[in-house]
Amino acid sequence: MSIARDWHLPDRGTIGILSLIFTESILFLMFVVAYIVYSGQSKTGPFPNDVLSIPILATICLLSSSLTIVLAENSLKKGNLANFKLWWIATIALGLEFLMATAAEWRHLINDEHLTITTNLFGTTYYSLVGLHATHVIVGMIFLIIVLLATLFGRNIVRQERRVKFLSWYWHFVDTVWVVVFTVVYVIGR
Amino acid sequence: MASINYPLENTGVGQRTEHSVLQILYRWIATTDHKKLGLMYIICMLLYFVISGLMAVAIRIQLAIPNNHFVSPQTFNQLFTMHGTTMVFLVGMPMVAGLGNYVVPLMIGARDMAFPRLNAFGFWAFFFGGILLYSSYAFGSVPDVGWFGYAPLTSKTFSPGASTDFWVLGVLVAGFGTIASAINVVATTVSMRCPGMTLRRMPMFVWVMLIDALLILLIFPPLAAAQSMLMIDRLAGANFFNANAGGNVLLWQHIFWIFGHPEVYVLIFPIFAIMSEVVPVFSRKPIFGKPAMVAAIVMIFFIGSGVWAHHMFTVGLSSLSNTFFATATMLVGIPTGIKIFNWTATMYGGKIRFATPMLFACGFLFQFLVAGLTGIMLATAPFDWQLHHTYFVVGHFHFTLIGGLVFGLFAGIYYWYPKATGKMFSETIGRLHFWIFMIGFNVTFIPMHFAGFLGMPRRVYTYLPGHGLETWNLISTWGVAIQIVGILLFVVNVIWGLWKGPKAGDDPWDAWTLEWATTSPPPEYNFEKIPVVRSGRPLWDLKHPEDPDWKFE
Repeated sequence: MSIARDWHLPDRGTIGILSLIFTESILFLMFVVAYIVYSGQSKTGPFPNDVLSIPILATICLLSSSLTIVLAENSLKKGNLANFKLWWIATIALGLEFLMATAAEWRHLINDEHLTITTNLFGTTYYSLVGLHATHVIVGMIFLIIVLLATLFGRNIVRQERRVKFLSWYWHFVDTVWVVVFTVVYVIGR
Repeated sequence: MASINYPLENTGVGQRTEHSVLQILYRWIATTDHKKLGLMYIICMLLYFVISGLMAVAIRIQLAIPNNHFVSPQTFNQLFTMHGTTMVFLVGMPMVAGLGNYVVPLMIGARDMAFPRLNAFGFWAFFFGGILLYSSYAFGSVPDVGWFGYAPLTSKTFSPGASTDFWVLGVLVAGFGTIASAINVVATTVSMRCPGMTLRRMPMFVWVMLIDALLILLIFPPLAAAQSMLMIDRLAGANFFNANAGGNVLLWQHIFWIFGHPEVYVLIFPIFAIMSEVVPVFSRKPIFGKPAMVAAIVMIFFIGSGVWAHHMFTVGLSSLSNTFFATATMLVGIPTGIKIFNWTATMYGGKIRFATPMLFACGFLFQFLVAGLTGIMLATAPFDWQLHHTYFVVGHFHFTLIGGLVFGLFAGIYYWYPKATGKMFSETIGRLHFWIFMIGFNVTFIPMHFAGFLGMPRRVYTYLPGHGLETWNLISTWGVAIQIVGILLFVVNVIWGLWKGPKAGDDPWDAWTLEWATTSPPPEYNFEKIPVVRSGRPLWDLKHPEDPDWKFE
């Protein structure tokens, strides 16, 4: 029965998470296309040029959280649970900082610039696209926190290394999408 | 191979016995078993098929004679909207998921799908999406914007009340379920195949379902995006499709048809999959040109994803876009032609058994060919300008979706009925079902092409006498009556089979794929010993150890 012994197929989790990332990419693509199609089409202000400032700190935070999650993963692989917790908390903190920066930006736009989702096409596409991304960050954060709580409450997270890996892939995906959103909204769209 | 003999051993260890009704109900509701979920999909699909079919009956009665007032104009709009939406999202999609769920793991020698709980989530999302859509009847605001809900008709201005919101949410929620089940099919086919089942040896059915699932992953996000944008517009007052604020209503059409056109391939692929199993088994020949068949399905995947604007020839795109999309649409005819040719070539020289599944498969071949030919006609942009939004289009797509899809689906249901129930249906009633349904179908839908040529527009409440439309419409409506008889025969056959049908045995069709190697119905774990395969027809190898396929592969 050597056929059965030498039979190896890809991990189903790998295929599952890759499928999810593929299908999510298409979802973002549609909103990015809508943003590009409608950029410069707003009939009334405020326009992106006047109200948007480049969120440098938030971007640095989110992109570096991809690095910290890799460090956390590597620590977990080596069985160094203390380092894992450290880098994992760092990842969550960086994600939180990004979300808070987004919240502050939205608050500024709504209160000071009077730009809401109903104001004009810019408002409609901006809040949808950035909001869709922020929603994904929030979902990622929820899972990051679940892993953290499981670790703190003494669950054997080392045995869950595979799932931690898939979560980190999702996190990388969310970061990559931010690069696209950032380019489209804050660089090209301005 | 020495350790596996035919028939496979099955001692029935671990089979559960259920007693009270509540226990049984609980086992079904809480199940993550791919066969139970598959059957639940198929049962829901059949229920929605009947509901939606009755709506079509009401539409046909309304259109039977000119100036008819069988239903009110408002009800008429609700009827064609709910008929279309139900048929696509609550009949077509559960068919895809149901077949994929029930058959794929059995065919690849797996015990379940890759993610059983995600699978259950997919079913229940579909289930509650359907409930959500139909709860609009309880609230008295039924969707009436057509199944593709063109902007700006769907805006708050033109569609006040909650009817369109029911439509958006129902479709959106059901769509999430579809994506979940597609991820599952991809992971299952890639990661769960039994030892020895290389991609080359994977049955054609599984191949097609894999490509189908990938196509779902490609096109359901655009649907979700379109519906989300509409929802944001309606509920939060955004401007995606608000022309006053500079919004472009064509954006809806583009995004919707980026989903909507490949969606028809998503619906017809499982039928291609069924054909690729039924035709060889009933012709007693391996499928002709399997690599070409796989290549053709992949070609349809790619070309079919780039033809959506042929639904939009009349909105005034540039000549260049019209030419591009017309050409691309005609290109789809090539791989589809390869498939039709290969099924015919499989039958050529075979020892054909015209059992009920094969009859439906033959019906599919002829009628789907006609649908393809009228499709090529409509792909020609100027021709489409003339006939867009007429009954010619209605006739065309009902030939693909009933003459093609429903006939192929009946072939599949009759083919796997003995496997799923353990009982045999009545061959006599099955044949009668085929012939009566086939006649009824053609009597209904052939006249629609002529009515369309004469200028009968789709989605109008009624029409005036004296334009030559009366005869065609009346014939169409009579055809529906014949179809109803056919469907009733199907229902009778299903019930008769369950009630009095003879035992089917493991392998009533003398087939070659793994689902026929286990008992009928299969135990919860499918295979007691995970099979090992060495060729594309593992069951042939087991039955004919003196002349196995693997010697020639």
